[in-house]
Amino acid sequence: MANILEMRNITKEFPGVKALDQVNFEVEEGEIHCLVGENGAGKSTLMKVLSGVYPYGTYSGDIVLNNEVQNFSRISDSEKKGVAIIYQELALIPDLSVYENIFLGHEIHKKGIINWHDTKAEAAKMLKKVKLEIHPASKIIDLGVGVQQLIEIAKALSKEVKLLILDEPTAALNESDSENLLELLKDLKKQGVTSIMISHKLKEVIAIADTVTVLRDGKTICSLKASQGEVNEKEIIKYMVGREINDIFPKRLEKNFGDVQLEVKNWSAFDRKLGRHVVKDANFNVRKGEIVGIAGLMGAGRTEFALSVFGNSKSYDISGEVLVDNQRVSLKKPKDAIDKGLAYVSEDRKGNGLILIQDIKQNITVANLSKLSNYMVIDKNEEIEIAEKYRESMNIKTPSIEQKVMNLSGGNQQKVALSKWLFVEPNVLILDEPTRGIDVGAKYEIYTIMNELVAKGLSIIMISSELPEVLGMSDRVYVMAEGRLTGELPIEEATQEKIMEMATV
Amino acid sequence: MFNDLTKAIKENIRDYGMYIALGFIMIIFTNLTNGLFMTPRVISDLIDMTGYIAVLSVGVTLVIVIRHIDLSIGYIAGFLGAVAAMLTSIVEMPVFLMIPLILVMGTLIGAFWTGTLVAGFKVPAFVATLAAMTIFRGLLIRVTNSATIFTANDQFNAIGNGYIPDIANVPGLHILTLIIGGLVVALFVFLEVKNRIKQISYRLHVSTLPIFIMKLVFVSSIIMFFLWKIASFKGLSWTAVIVAVVVAIYAFVTNNTTLGRHIYAVGGNPEAAELSGVSVKRITYIVFGSMGMLAGLSGILFTARLQSATPTAGMGFELDAIAGAFVGGTSASGGIGKVTGSIIGALVMASLTKGMDLMNVGVSYQYIIRGLVLVAAVVFDVYTRNMHAKQA
Repeated sequence: MANILEMRNITKEFPGVKALDQVNFEVEEGEIHCLVGENGAGKSTLMKVLSGVYPYGTYSGDIVLNNEVQNFSRISDSEKKGVAIIYQELALIPDLSVYENIFLGHEIHKKGIINWHDTKAEAAKMLKKVKLEIHPASKIIDLGVGVQQLIEIAKALSKEVKLLILDEPTAALNESDSENLLELLKDLKKQGVTSIMISHKLKEVIAIADTVTVLRDGKTICSLKASQGEVNEKEIIKYMVGREINDIFPKRLEKNFGDVQLEVKNWSAFDRKLGRHVVKDANFNVRKGEIVGIAGLMGAGRTEFALSVFGNSKSYDISGEVLVDNQRVSLKKPKDAIDKGLAYVSEDRKGNGLILIQDIKQNITVANLSKLSNYMVIDKNEEIEIAEKYRESMNIKTPSIEQKVMNLSGGNQQKVALSKWLFVEPNVLILDEPTRGIDVGAKYEIYTIMNELVAKGLSIIMISSELPEVLGMSDRVYVMAEGRLTGELPIEEATQEKIMEMATV
Repeated sequence: MFNDLTKAIKENIRDYGMYIALGFIMIIFTNLTNGLFMTPRVISDLIDMTGYIAVLSVGVTLVIVIRHIDLSIGYIAGFLGAVAAMLTSIVEMPVFLMIPLILVMGTLIGAFWTGTLVAGFKVPAFVATLAAMTIFRGLLIRVTNSATIFTANDQFNAIGNGYIPDIANVPGLHILTLIIGGLVVALFVFLEVKNRIKQISYRLHVSTLPIFIMKLVFVSSIIMFFLWKIASFKGLSWTAVIVAVVVAIYAFVTNNTTLGRHIYAVGGNPEAAELSGVSVKRITYIVFGSMGMLAGLSGILFTARLQSATPTAGMGFELDAIAGAFVGGTSASGGIGKVTGSIIGALVMASLTKGMDLMNVGVSYQYIIRGLVLVAAVVFDVYTRNMHAKQA
């Protein structure tokens, strides 16, 4: 097969950083091509060059699409040539209907007046293509993330896409939605659509890729062909990090479980906005020195469970008891929870985890400023010392602690978030998707830190959608489905199959 | 050396942009008015006429930082100014009692009206304060009975027109003003040096030594230049002293206290702040309370300056104050903004007015030009911010 795309010697520089350095990237027509690499390896930058986000002239090198050199100066240029890119953050308008979203920006119209009949009919066709059985008039806001992702693809198909680029399409999806999506990509392949998929989930990559290209530090490291048996996890990881990782999950030397640190009894949370219970009759505990995993599908109510316990009572009506060290406590606001030794590291770093426009040190200290202040006056020397301490101990890669958090990679942002919550010296650390969207190397570091913390007697509650992570790190696993804790398994008895069974009751 | 300088300017253009703009405007007006703009009387007057807007700018900076707006501050200032005038002239309350009373009233108005509506009932601040704007406009007309209230109290009028006493009697030169100037410069140099030593000890990025010294010399000479100008007129006015104290307090609180950090945290990301244990509600009440208090102060300054309270006092103050904050680098999207910047911003706007007055530019053109300057400042702000974001 011929190459549909060749990117030759692409170099893209930002002031002070070479994001892409003489990258060569070839995609065959009709294949599924996975692009992998650690965070900051240049994957997204490369795709932005391809789609015209970074216009012609801001990079050097050639883009050859369908044997023609292309000089895209905006996204619409690349769209005209059949390139469609779907970003990690979905770009649908929540309050508009499915069909309005599908044709947003390329409406079917005559002299500016939209033909709604054709629009609805076409939208229905596109939905069929992505095997979605929803009404085209449904509002996006009422649909799950998995469905939304498929609508994005339907939108791309409506533009007669030839080369579909997906940037971590499954990052926010649960297992069944992910499978769905991957099946669809295979289907589209049969229909002649070439796909490029950026992914951190190597299992998926192995399941679906015809070719895998590995980027590292802005350079192409290698291209592996599935047809020649080169695509396997060890190989890919080796090229990604430049070293072999034998243990994806660091071993804990010894496990010492103490008394129950946090217990939740008959916990229910009613979401006023949704008008339904998001958590129902949950009973839960975690001991000192223990990592408890909470597995479950997206929307099972795990984050809501954590947030409602953490005192975020504004959005929920709650009932039930929380006991810290066997003492009944009332946590009315996050401050109460923090004072009782709880910490919650958000799944949504950019949304409610970090203050992106502030620097590293301000983010680290914000949850516990009273510790370094006297009569409300902050001791800025101490603040610098503390930030430096965490930079070193957490291995936050940054030129300075005065760097704005928005300039850090996902892994380093997560380390800042962790530092911030360790600085409040919690007894119970709730980690919500602690390794989402971060690279293999940083994942390993975060796992190591978790192990060190429980060794010191902390209790960790880890909410995770990645089953290998749940199985690899937890001492005990709770499974959640539709707001209820549907199962509890000691790690010895936990298997992926059992968990999935409980998660889909 | 020259490369260092251009690099330093490039890196800090956002921080120093408005200082440069202010200098630029002053030089232009000095040229256009054949030096009239730089005379001691004009400089002194410029600072005094900025006073009542400057304190509003300080308050509204924090309001904008926490992603809100306050349109009511002009008429609240007008209303409280009128109340202050009545308290001193009609009730004959002593000034030292009247001032705290007015400040408390302002705080209560800000916290209980705006604060409750915005933080409690989640009414958009734009609407809540728009309502308050017309309410206090009405109240102002009520309390003044559509007539001007003259203030005959000398102490009160001195707040807007008086000057600090001198310690020595040198004709044509106000010695205490110069001494204060010297102390301010000494304090500035001391803090800068201390800060630099600290930064170096933590191996943080600092400008090169020649640049640093240049900055010290440059800023010190500007401070001394203006204080010398003022000293050769009648010395520091009480208005200038009050504004300086307000700015010093607010600058300290925003930069060095947990309250200040919480305010910026709420502005930077309210959800993250809430989850970090910061009560967004509490901060909202505090910021609007402080805004109300400063509106009260602004009312006192303005009424004292005019020596009377009028039924139209306060009209348009809010727009000048908000413009000052934006020109001073406060970000319209929240989370970023310094009170010192806003003071400079207010001075920029006042300089434009003063300069154009001296040149006899028609008032219609003045409005147009000030509008264009405001837009230019915000465009500059957005542009430099994007430039920095892209570098990352």
